Amino acid sequence: MTTATNTPDGTGTSGPAAAPAGTAPDGLLLPVPDEDGAPFWEYAARGELRIQACASESCGRLRFPPRPCCPHCGSFDGEWRRMSGRGRIWSYVRPHPPLLPAYAAQAPYNVILVELADAPRIRLAGNLVAAAGAPLNSVDPARLRIGAKVQVVFAEVGGTVVPRWLLERS
Amino acid sequence: MAAGLKDATAIAGIGQTAFARRLPQTEKELACRAVLAALDDAGIAPSEVDAFASYTMEETDEVEVAKAIGAGDVTFFSKVGYGGGGSCATVGHLAAAIATGQASVGVAWRSRKRGSGPRPWKNTAVQLPTPGQWTRPFGLLRPADEIGMLARRYMHEYGATRDHLFNVALACRNRANQNPAAMMYERPLTREMYMTARWISEPLCLFDNCLETDGALACVIVSAERARDCRQKPVYVHSVAQGLPAQHHGMVNYWNDDPLSGPAWTAARHLWKQADFGPDDVDVAQIYDAFTPLIPLSLEGYGFCGRGEGAAFTEGGTLEIGGRLPINTGGGGLSEAYVHGFNLINEGVKQLRGTSTAQVPDAATCLVTAGEGVPTSAILLRA
Repeated sequence: MTTATNTPDGTGTSGPAAAPAGTAPDGLLLPVPDEDGAPFWEYAARGELRIQACASESCGRLRFPPRPCCPHCGSFDGEWRRMSGRGRIWSYVRPHPPLLPAYAAQAPYNVILVELADAPRIRLAGNLVAAAGAPLNSVDPARLRIGAKVQVVFAEVGGTVVPRWLLERS
Repeated sequence: MAAGLKDATAIAGIGQTAFARRLPQTEKELACRAVLAALDDAGIAPSEVDAFASYTMEETDEVEVAKAIGAGDVTFFSKVGYGGGGSCATVGHLAAAIATGQASVGVAWRSRKRGSGPRPWKNTAVQLPTPGQWTRPFGLLRPADEIGMLARRYMHEYGATRDHLFNVALACRNRANQNPAAMMYERPLTREMYMTARWISEPLCLFDNCLETDGALACVIVSAERARDCRQKPVYVHSVAQGLPAQHHGMVNYWNDDPLSGPAWTAARHLWKQADFGPDDVDVAQIYDAFTPLIPLSLEGYGFCGRGEGAAFTEGGTLEIGGRLPINTGGGGLSEAYVHGFNLINEGVKQLRGTSTAQVPDAATCLVTAGEGVPTSAILLRA
């Protein structure tokens, strides 16, 4: 049986990544996907937050970061399951210099870990922003709180689409 | 089977260079100076060395060290990965090699110019494979940022405060103030300095972070029998362990059931299982301290207190001389030198020889740990 990893272009995990390697024009780092991670970024480019899951009927568990086989049942059959994009802040930091120049220019900014509502043990790193394309420091730090509900949005950075997070209106 | 390693080997010699923000020598020269100093301390000729162990991040390889110091034919060499997680494993690998007859005189070492050399996180060329794609684009760039995430969650879950982290920083600084070789020897730390220090990655401030150091250290491991004939009082390697927990992710351990119980727990189970004594019997500990929050996490992991109690354990001078568990008695990575934890190994030896600059009276047992938060290692030493 061949690997059942579904990617948007139907080429499986061996297809080229949607994201170019390296650094955005403004100096922010771009994700450089490996073969296992490439579908995440390809789906992100379509505005979808998907997480790798075991495709075995008797298992079907989600896993992150993506990897060739299921750590629970050993199956190499995988699929990418769409998430609601909702979650809660599990933790956060506010980096201050010394940093890479493009990050120092926005410091202090926030980095958050989002515990996904659909997969509570998977905590995606990201940034809480005021709007999809807003800077990494666009949210008042007083609003950063563990447990705060957030919703994914997608932003283009130097031609690559990455997830960002907005506070849910309460 | 496990009894094969217990007290079978001993650390017979230790050596170190000066520690400074900038040293003029190359890493290779510093490595050779530390290794030769350790051999001289043991009273063993370099030509007798037949085993080496270091870190995968060590840039001077065995070939260079062996030929420079005049080692003999080498029959065992090993490198351990995961940065500071490998420190104690270098001793463990040599102990295993010597106990099983693969070699007779082992040298472990680490030489690093992290003070004047490059900061690894600034390298944008090699930084983005798994798992970097999941963290670094979002500005989670440095080890301080990665550990800061766990620290913030730890504080949230257990009510730990910055005062608890200060207790750790202060204990290390106080010991450094007793140690003329420490980079912070003449630099006392106050609570006001700590609380007003600049942030590095909130919730971690400058004093929650280790030093940036040029320097090198080494130690010599031989059979227990041979150690008794060496120049110094033997310090026995009582138990050794490495730890890579199930579903662990390294510094960015965010994707498993319980990110706050890390490699220390795994290493500790194996370490204590093989030992004749337990946490209550440890007289002094050298706990890897690249960042202050690693101390409460390690105190829990190695069983000195319960889950979530590590911060409270630091209250009331517990970590100071005269307290229940004096730690990092040379000043540690926070205040003596940051050489990927190797100074913690040598300080453990000094304590059990009775020659530390902050000697714990009659210390007979010492725990030394490697980095928590990465695949790690630990050793129990006894006099």
